[in-house]
Amino acid sequence: MTARLIQLAFVALLLGAWFVVGRSGAISPLFLPPLDAVWQALLRLVQTDQFWSAVLVTLTTIAKAYSIAAVLGVLTGYLVTRSRFLTEVFEPMVSGLFSIPITLFFPLFILFFGIGTGSKIAYGAAYGFFPIALNSIAAFGSVDERLLNAARAMGFSPFGMFRHVLFPASFPVILTGLRIGFFICFASVLGGETISSVAGVGRNIALAAELMEPARMFAWIVFVIATALVLNTLVSVIENRMRGA
Amino acid sequence: MNLAPTSPKTALAHSPVAISVRNVSQNYGAASSPGAVRALDTVSLDIARGEFFCLLGPSGCGKSTLLNIIGGLIKPSEGAVTVGGAEVRGPLPGKIAFVFQESTLFPWYTVAENFGIAFKYRGIARSEWRDRTSAALKSVGMLDFIDHYPNQLSVGMRQRVNLARGIAAGTDILLMDEPFAALDEQSRMVLGEDLSVLLAETGKTILFVTHSLAEAVFLSDRVALMTARPGRIKTVIDVEEPHPRLPGFMLQPRFSELRNACYAALRDEIRQAMAAVPDKEGNA
Repeated sequence: MTARLIQLAFVALLLGAWFVVGRSGAISPLFLPPLDAVWQALLRLVQTDQFWSAVLVTLTTIAKAYSIAAVLGVLTGYLVTRSRFLTEVFEPMVSGLFSIPITLFFPLFILFFGIGTGSKIAYGAAYGFFPIALNSIAAFGSVDERLLNAARAMGFSPFGMFRHVLFPASFPVILTGLRIGFFICFASVLGGETISSVAGVGRNIALAAELMEPARMFAWIVFVIATALVLNTLVSVIENRMRGA
Repeated sequence: MNLAPTSPKTALAHSPVAISVRNVSQNYGAASSPGAVRALDTVSLDIARGEFFCLLGPSGCGKSTLLNIIGGLIKPSEGAVTVGGAEVRGPLPGKIAFVFQESTLFPWYTVAENFGIAFKYRGIARSEWRDRTSAALKSVGMLDFIDHYPNQLSVGMRQRVNLARGIAAGTDILLMDEPFAALDEQSRMVLGEDLSVLLAETGKTILFVTHSLAEAVFLSDRVALMTARPGRIKTVIDVEEPHPRLPGFMLQPRFSELRNACYAALRDEIRQAMAAVPDKEGNA
């Protein structure tokens, strides 16, 4: 309870500082528009249709990118850990590829998938895939050998093995991967939209910056932060429920 | 007392053979590689139906490997195992149940669910699950914990449940890999006594791996003593004492004699195994 209070106090302090600095005129409103101006801009923004269509584009892109990343990531983790040899070959490859900044290939994504949402889906999926795959490899690969042997001795079918042993044993670690993957995916899609796109939240942030409308840009950013906070809470709730806590 | 590796002189000698091990060897790693290990060397054994047979040997002598080969979890490099006349080519859930060293209860299932899942894949009718589970848990004094999760139980309690799950499978053969190793001395003794009583009632064939001399003598009809790696059967000792064994058996002079005989036969092997450890690590 005290921890929550301190957290809220921190946010209040931040907003208060923003308000005071904005009023004092110490920082040019071009760099940091006053808090109340941002608030007004946000209120105007949410009343426009463009706002909601941009939000819809971005959320749909994230949903598609994340679905691809989650399915391919968990599947890769499962397949790679089917033998010690496969794990030895592919685990270093996946973690090696993860260390490459995929951002460098962003122009290629545009080239291959166009400037529309396709490139952002692919980009977000590529970024989200790696943490999910790596966690899945670690999860499936570290299932207690004794439990697997016991299940084999009891005559479990391959599906039964997955359903009753592999999946429940690796679930907590996979869940961690899914969580990390989600936020990387979220950030990549928005980042991709900001760099190069024709629609979406990121595109609008970039546009507001280009048009020298800092209040509108900050309004968008505040909206993204609020969305991230809501999603984070949502993910925590889902995660806790799935972990049975 | 009989120290020669001959057939047992007990009544069991006339019983049909339940498990037959013929010239089984097990190598790990390619023969040419420096890390190659010969874990077992041409082991042959016949275990009679209803017999309590114990494998006793120094750490790393391959006794667990042999148990896993018999249970069909490992394919031997050479030789063959037959169970009930048929060669073992994989796990035989209908004939053989395992009880492993550490509790192998699935932590995400309750005790009852753990029994259920084991019954399901052994093809036991769902209508029998609850009764069988209750009966088995009752026999180890764990009936009150039927709906607990394994991590809500102590190590000793978990191993009781694990033991009950193995017995409840209703197989003719039970392979036990140091089932009491994680327990303290007192729990070991009590559980050992319970096991002797339980098994005398069920008439199962038991193959039991341990490194405890007292446990081996107290429980077994015959004790096979294994050499240090590569594991071979050095000698087989008969314990001519009817089941169920009572704690009083441990106080008899014959118990000490048998225990000492086992120790005498194992002494050199244990020393050899201990000497082999630093050498092996030094090379690694």
